[in-house]
Amino acid sequence: MSAPPEKTTPGWLAALPAAWLAVFFLIPFAIMLSVSVAHRVPGGFFEPGFEMGSYLRFVSVFFGQILLTSILFSAAAAVICVTLAFPFTVILTRLSGRAQTVVLVVLLAVLSLSEVIIGFALSTLLSQTAGVGNLLAWLGLIEQSRAFTPSFFALLVGMCYLGLPYAVLVLYPPVSRLDPELGEAARMMGAAPFTAFRTVTVPLLRTPIFGALILVFVFTLGVYLLPQVLGRPQHWTLSVHITDQAIFQSNLPFAAAMAVLLLLVSLAMVGLTLLLGRGARA
Amino acid sequence: MTRGVQIAYVLAILALLAAPIVVIAGVSLNGQQSLRFPPQELSLRWYGALFGAADWMGPLRNSLVIAATSALLAVTVALPLALHVWSRDTWVSRALYTLGVAPFMLPPVISALGFLVFWVSAGLYGQIWATIISHGVFLVTLPLVTISLGLAGIDRTLVEAARTMGATQGQILRTVILPLIVPYMISGYAFAFVLSLNEYIIAYMVAGFTVETLPIKIFNSLRYGYTPIMGVVSVMFIALAVLVFGLIGKFGNLPRLLGADRIGD
Repeated sequence: MSAPPEKTTPGWLAALPAAWLAVFFLIPFAIMLSVSVAHRVPGGFFEPGFEMGSYLRFVSVFFGQILLTSILFSAAAAVICVTLAFPFTVILTRLSGRAQTVVLVVLLAVLSLSEVIIGFALSTLLSQTAGVGNLLAWLGLIEQSRAFTPSFFALLVGMCYLGLPYAVLVLYPPVSRLDPELGEAARMMGAAPFTAFRTVTVPLLRTPIFGALILVFVFTLGVYLLPQVLGRPQHWTLSVHITDQAIFQSNLPFAAAMAVLLLLVSLAMVGLTLLLGRGARA
Repeated sequence: MTRGVQIAYVLAILALLAAPIVVIAGVSLNGQQSLRFPPQELSLRWYGALFGAADWMGPLRNSLVIAATSALLAVTVALPLALHVWSRDTWVSRALYTLGVAPFMLPPVISALGFLVFWVSAGLYGQIWATIISHGVFLVTLPLVTISLGLAGIDRTLVEAARTMGATQGQILRTVILPLIVPYMISGYAFAFVLSLNEYIIAYMVAGFTVETLPIKIFNSLRYGYTPIMGVVSVMFIALAVLVFGLIGKFGNLPRLLGADRIGD
């Protein structure tokens, strides 16, 4: 940021957004915390109280499986997305400004798409009557068209579809700041293009790559619809169960307790990337 | 990697991203009520059917009202916040900025549940205002980031010059700073508008049973079977997103807006 001129705006200007965010963002979180320890009223909402019952439910095989499923899916998606996105971003930043703009428009359009639409589109693509099944049958790779959804594979594809544009946009600023002449220099000194990429570009960007892994992990932890559309019930992640408990099981305290857990995990991960970034600058 | 291989790689990834969209666009052209691809008996009847179907027009109207107002709210809150953070570097301004960016960094289901219990407690659960304000808070990050970028690009000597020539604080704000950041306010609004239109989980948790938005309508319909109308709605959403971001790309500097430093210098 440019060094700002002192006091260009009056101090009271901050009061409006501060009050707004306090009322509509901090208070909801405070209420959520209190609900997570409230007493559940079956069939209704909850009544005030202080009990750890909802948190104690974390210590169970059932919940352990949910947590493990969420972490495995998100970790796999993060690794796949960043692996695909990194070379993509490096190439992207070397294109002309105009070409970069076109690619960025495509990425933003895909990234902004509702999870509902992505779920619908992918389940159609992987269905028996449209897309992949027909294509494989036409190529003679399988005898008859078949559906590939719901399945573990379909859900992982969906998560990668969501995460890939995000990964590129997270990597885009640090990669675009990298001096392309460093790679050129390595090549001039006789390094093969791939060697230059592996020994110069990747190590220079180790911190942003690690940061992108974490951010895509957190981003895909938030996926709540794809597991219902593309996965089987055993593939439901923490986010799906939070929605399910809140809306369909009418167990707000348990939903809130799971949301608090998800919040803590996400905050810890994001905090870790901030620390990493600071360490890299120092 | 040679140049050709590099371009091929980028195109291959873009093709993978486009594949599901191509398929639903094709599906929306089916003449019969089936989801075949390639489509059979090509027809535009489902495009006409959408605008004749009352059960789709209600959600469309809801979605547009919510997106237009919540994006406006987001910009209204983000503008003074960005100005404050820009003009003074204190722990308060940094904390406020973090608070403004936080909703968007966390998994949305967390904010959604927070909003749910908040509106239940406030007795406004199920109202369209609950959805509008929740979206306004959730999306404040986007105009906050774009306006901050715009402010960071202002040449401070401009402001100094205005001050030297006797302009008051208010005059500087109105005649120097605001005109320079208007494009960034517009792109922030556009980003928030498109994302509100596509947002599902918050709208669903806060008022899903009374205020149906298009994504909620699509998801509810998925349970009762797929029809090409969903393809039509999806195609419209994609077209709108491409149009909005395309306009920002044409009239603004998208690479810079997304954090590239060295484009357009």
